Amino acid sequence: MAKSSIHWEAVEADPRFQQLHKDKNRFLWRMMLFSLAFYFLLPISTAYFPSILKVKIWGVINIGLLFALSQFIVAWIIAVIYAKRANTEFDVRAKTIINDAHNIKGVI
Amino acid sequence: MNKLIALLLALFSTFAHAEGAVSSEYRWLTFLVFSSIIAATMYITWRASKRVKSTADFYAAGNSISGLQNGWAIAGDYLSAASFLGIAGLISLYGYDGFMYSVGFLMGYIAVLLVIAEPCRNIGKYTLGDILAFRNDPKKARIIAAISTITVSIFYLTAQMVGGGVLVKTLIGIDYEVSVIAVGTLMLAYVVFGGMVATTYVQIVKAILLVIASLVLVTLVWMPYGFSLPAFLQAVVDNPNVQAQVAKLLGAAASTMSPQELGQRFLEPGLFLKDPIDQISLGMALVFGTAGLPHILMRFFTVPNAQAARKSVVWAMAIIGGFYVLTLFLGFGAAMHVGPETIGSIDKGGNMAAPLLAQYLGGGQNSLLGNFMLAFVAAVAFATIVAVVAGLVLASASAIAHDLYVNVIKDGNASQAQQMKAARIASIGVGIVAIFIGILAKGQNVAHLVGMAFAVAASSNLPAIFLTLYWKKCNTTGVVMGMLIGAGSAILLVLVSPNMTYPQKMIADAKTVLEGAPNKAASDATISTGLICEFFTICQKREAAKPATEAVISAPQKIAELKELLMRIRSQEAVAGINKQIAELEKSTNKANEDLAKFSTQTASIMGLEKPLFRLKNPGIISIPLGFLMVILFSLFTRDKRAEDLWEELYVRQNTGLHVEDVSH
Repeated sequence: MAKSSIHWEAVEADPRFQQLHKDKNRFLWRMMLFSLAFYFLLPISTAYFPSILKVKIWGVINIGLLFALSQFIVAWIIAVIYAKRANTEFDVRAKTIINDAHNIKGVI
Repeated sequence: MNKLIALLLALFSTFAHAEGAVSSEYRWLTFLVFSSIIAATMYITWRASKRVKSTADFYAAGNSISGLQNGWAIAGDYLSAASFLGIAGLISLYGYDGFMYSVGFLMGYIAVLLVIAEPCRNIGKYTLGDILAFRNDPKKARIIAAISTITVSIFYLTAQMVGGGVLVKTLIGIDYEVSVIAVGTLMLAYVVFGGMVATTYVQIVKAILLVIASLVLVTLVWMPYGFSLPAFLQAVVDNPNVQAQVAKLLGAAASTMSPQELGQRFLEPGLFLKDPIDQISLGMALVFGTAGLPHILMRFFTVPNAQAARKSVVWAMAIIGGFYVLTLFLGFGAAMHVGPETIGSIDKGGNMAAPLLAQYLGGGQNSLLGNFMLAFVAAVAFATIVAVVAGLVLASASAIAHDLYVNVIKDGNASQAQQMKAARIASIGVGIVAIFIGILAKGQNVAHLVGMAFAVAASSNLPAIFLTLYWKKCNTTGVVMGMLIGAGSAILLVLVSPNMTYPQKMIADAKTVLEGAPNKAASDATISTGLICEFFTICQKREAAKPATEAVISAPQKIAELKELLMRIRSQEAVAGINKQIAELEKSTNKANEDLAKFSTQTASIMGLEKPLFRLKNPGIISIPLGFLMVILFSLFTRDKRAEDLWEELYVRQNTGLHVEDVSH
């Protein structure tokens, strides 16, 4: 493997990196868990609470159809929220670490 | 109007069985549309072939694809025959439950976007093996990654080849074998000459055509209702075809329901997916499987950086989601205008729903426009299959040539020329295997293979990728054992599941058709004897009380009764209806006789089982947690210095994209 001039352990230990990965992970986990919970609510409710999904609220349109359609909206919203935060915040913070990477040496 | 439709449909089904859905009068039109689309893709391939000079071009289109372009290409890969024709078909036959599939398919992209796409772009070069080999033992990781990639791709590919063969045969009447060879040859031309560059651009063009075709169909089908959603769905509920389908699906339970209630039932869950645990299991495979599909992962290596990878998933989600909303209209439209009975009689899985709707909307069986639209949708569907197969072949070929040949056998010491040669030879090899499998699998039930591909991807690839990227203690033994056990358990569970053919059940079903069945008394609810009983047939499962059922009259007796009725009836319309019923009963009698002859000598399934051991059709609920658990356990009980040493580098790289350009192993 080619020897690289970057001190990976030191970059990893750098407080800026630590803070970035902490913030990013917390954000990602929240989004991921929310989307999974919201999605599995659909098969769980079609399986165990079909009577709720059958309630009509707009002409013949029932809660089940709206719930299924809302999954699309939620997926899109999550995508947009993530892209926005990543573009404006995570990328910028990663960039400062990249620019400085060759200078981070640590105390090893 | 209804009479006209009935007449059209009657005409239609006679033609369809004789020589495909397109009447011979309009064959020239079909060939014209098909050849224009094929010519366009060949032009793309020819242009692309000049750009493919290195393995980076061949496998990853030289990282030259933009985020938006890659979004369309991912959408193209994902909107395969299974999800385009299949979902529209399921909606047309079962209403709401068909739509449930598309929700799961889309939600799979959230995991891709949040945790997979960008790290994979930052760590990998061409293959899944590249990602796993970063910190795990490179040779072992590449071998297991290649095995898994090829397994998933072959399952997916077989379903596409068989689907493609049947589609072309049904639509334009050319032989199954000929259409499989046509799909295979065309696909090989894209891959061998144009590599990833051609495959990507063909995929983009195809996805755009597919979306345009669907938009046109949805506009035509929705316009009469002033683009109002309640008005459109009200028409679905009021439609006699839809009501008849629900009555057929519900059987005896439908006798007390009004036509309105029957129609409304089409918009409610439970007509297709009946077992609650199976539904959740299917959902898990769809949501976790997408992120482990090798031909989707490979797309992230074609873009220049993580930002473009992110952008491409967002675009793909917009396109795929939008398309699935359109399929809701396509499916319901086909159910109303073509009718579930006709759709199901041409293809049991409902795959013909969208093409038949196109023909109807253009003016029907005997119109120029109707046949043009049918031909266009069919040609796009054909291009879809060819392009998706091309992507799958490329994924398998890269696993064989890049992972196994170059990095395992040659220890990474191969010249560019050797690597290119290996890539092309591997592509041709996989392509020929694909054609053979397609021909051998003729007439086999392959519907469960796409589900199996998703289940294996979710139980094997996803745990390995995810834990390699995010868990410090993950190591080689964990990855290898987790992938073997995850994939193995998924495959094994399917092999002993109700998806397989069980001769005794086939014989019993055939006998019910031929001899009828006595009425059954109502049964009481049974209590579960344990959690394991919900999954395996070794003990009694919890079951709700069942009402008594009426006796089933045998088909021969029904035919005799109908023939007697025929003597007394004068109305021509009624006579036609009864004759149709008789024809269908005769068909099922013949099928039952064939089954009896075919299965009478067998007593067990290919696994030697008399009845399924596993209750569910989808193994995900067991195999996915098992895959994760095995990676974790085996990692905890073994030590691997390389995996520990390289963790910081991997983790910094996957988060920042630092040094992405010289990933050299």
